[in-house]
Order: sequence, then structure tokens, then C-alpha cells
Amino acid sequence: MTFRKYLVLAGITVFSTAGDSLLARGMKELGGSSLHNLSGLLLAILHPWVAAGILLLLAFFACYMSALSWADLTYVLPATSLAYVLVALIGHFRLHEEISPTRWLGIALIAAGVGFVAAGPSLTPGHHHEHSPEVSRDAVSQEVES
Amino acid sequence: MKDIYAWAAIGLIILASTTGDVLLSYSMKRVGHVGELWKRRGVLAVVGRVLATPTFALGLMAMGVAFYSLLFGLSWGNLSLVVPASASLTFVANAVAARIFLHERVGRRRWIAALLVAGGVVLMAV
Repeated sequence: MTFRKYLVLAGITVFSTAGDSLLARGMKELGGSSLHNLSGLLLAILHPWVAAGILLLLAFFACYMSALSWADLTYVLPATSLAYVLVALIGHFRLHEEISPTRWLGIALIAAGVGFVAAGPSLTPGHHHEHSPEVSRDAVSQEVES
Repeated sequence: MKDIYAWAAIGLIILASTTGDVLLSYSMKRVGHVGELWKRRGVLAVVGRVLATPTFALGLMAMGVAFYSLLFGLSWGNLSLVVPASASLTFVANAVAARIFLHERVGRRRWIAALLVAGGVVLMAV
């Protein structure tokens, strides 16, 4: 795992958190009533917060797909759950929301789970590389390095 | 009676999003290391190769089904049941599916992680 790959994994967490919160903020400003008909739903995309949220969620999806191109699904998925932790921590430190002991325990469990996976190998060796020489070269170079 | 609908929706969300994740992961393994490809051939080659992978579109469709099942589930059941139940069980279902269909080596480390994350997601939602 290179530094750049950890950046992509961090991008998954940050972009999905920021995208979701911008989308939620925009939807709240629009109000529920405008979302009951189809044209309202389509026009919602033009709202600046909603548009920014969608752009960030696209960035999240690009990072997610990029990570899946060089890491196992069971390696990448736990990283996506860090978004829950990030939302709670932002709420606590920026918005001074109270975090209950149960939620602290949840944060601890998620962090432990992500740590468990991150400490292990990121890709099952030698399985699905037939179609992509660059991946197998990467796997080989990693083995040489380690 | 409403509970049955809610759990049916939860089951559908788990099934659809797991199918989607497995298909997307399979597609990206076929595309190969995106960073390397970008360096050698440019970003358009990456986008073209991803879109030319048939399973990618199927994966996106499954994700769409999961999203709409979530909307239906939320109209039948409580937010505090549907979201944590579907999110946490999806982590476990994905570990099983990745092992069976993607032949990933899901060792003890990854099982523990899936269960810890699933438990953590439930606790975050209560």
C-alpha cells in the first residue's frame, strides 16, 4: 500500500460524508413539499447545495471504483464505514452535539474493525489479474518490496 | 404486518446492494489498476474501459434497485430500524458474497472486521 492509495481511501470517507451532508442541507432548504412531484425532484438538482452534494458524491464514487480496481471488496468496504464516524465527530466538535456512550462504543467498534482490515493484505494474491497485466505487475512489485 | 414489509424491504436492500458491490468490484478487477492505466493512456481511456465493462452497468442498476428499496423501506418502517439493519447486515452479506463469488481470501481478520463494523453501525444508529 502506497501513500497515494491511502489518500484514495481517505477520499472515500471524506467525499461521501461531505456529499451526504451537503445533499441533506439542500434537501432541507428545498422542503419536503417540492419533492412530491417529478418536476420538483428534477429541479432540485439545480439547487446549489444539492448540485455540490451530487458532485462530491460523484467524486466519492470515483474514489470507490479506483480503490476497488486495486483492492479487495472486503478491504475497501470497512473504510466506507468510517463516514459514520466522521459525521459523528464533526457533529461533536463543530456543532457541539452530545455523543452518547453507546455511540462512542459504536465509533470504537468501527475504528477497530477498520484497523483490523487495514493492517492486513489489501488484495487476495493471484486471483483476478488475468485481464490486467498492470495489476499483476503491481502485485509482483509489492511482493519484491516487502 | 408493517414489520413484515419493512423486513422484506431490508432483505431486498441487502440483496441488491451486495449484488451491486460484488458486480462493481468484479468489473473494476477486470478493468485493472486505474491509476496505472490513467498514467499510461489518460483519463478518457479509464472512463472508456470502465463503461465498456458490461457488469459495471449491471452493478449500477443493482445499486439503483437498492436505493429505491431503501426509499420504499423508509415509507413502511422506522428510520431507526431500516437504516442500521440494512447497513450493518450488508457488511456481513458482502463478506460472504466476496468470498463465494469474488474468491477473496476472507480470513479471520476480515471476518472480525466485518462483525465489528456491523455492530458499530448498529450502535451508531440507536
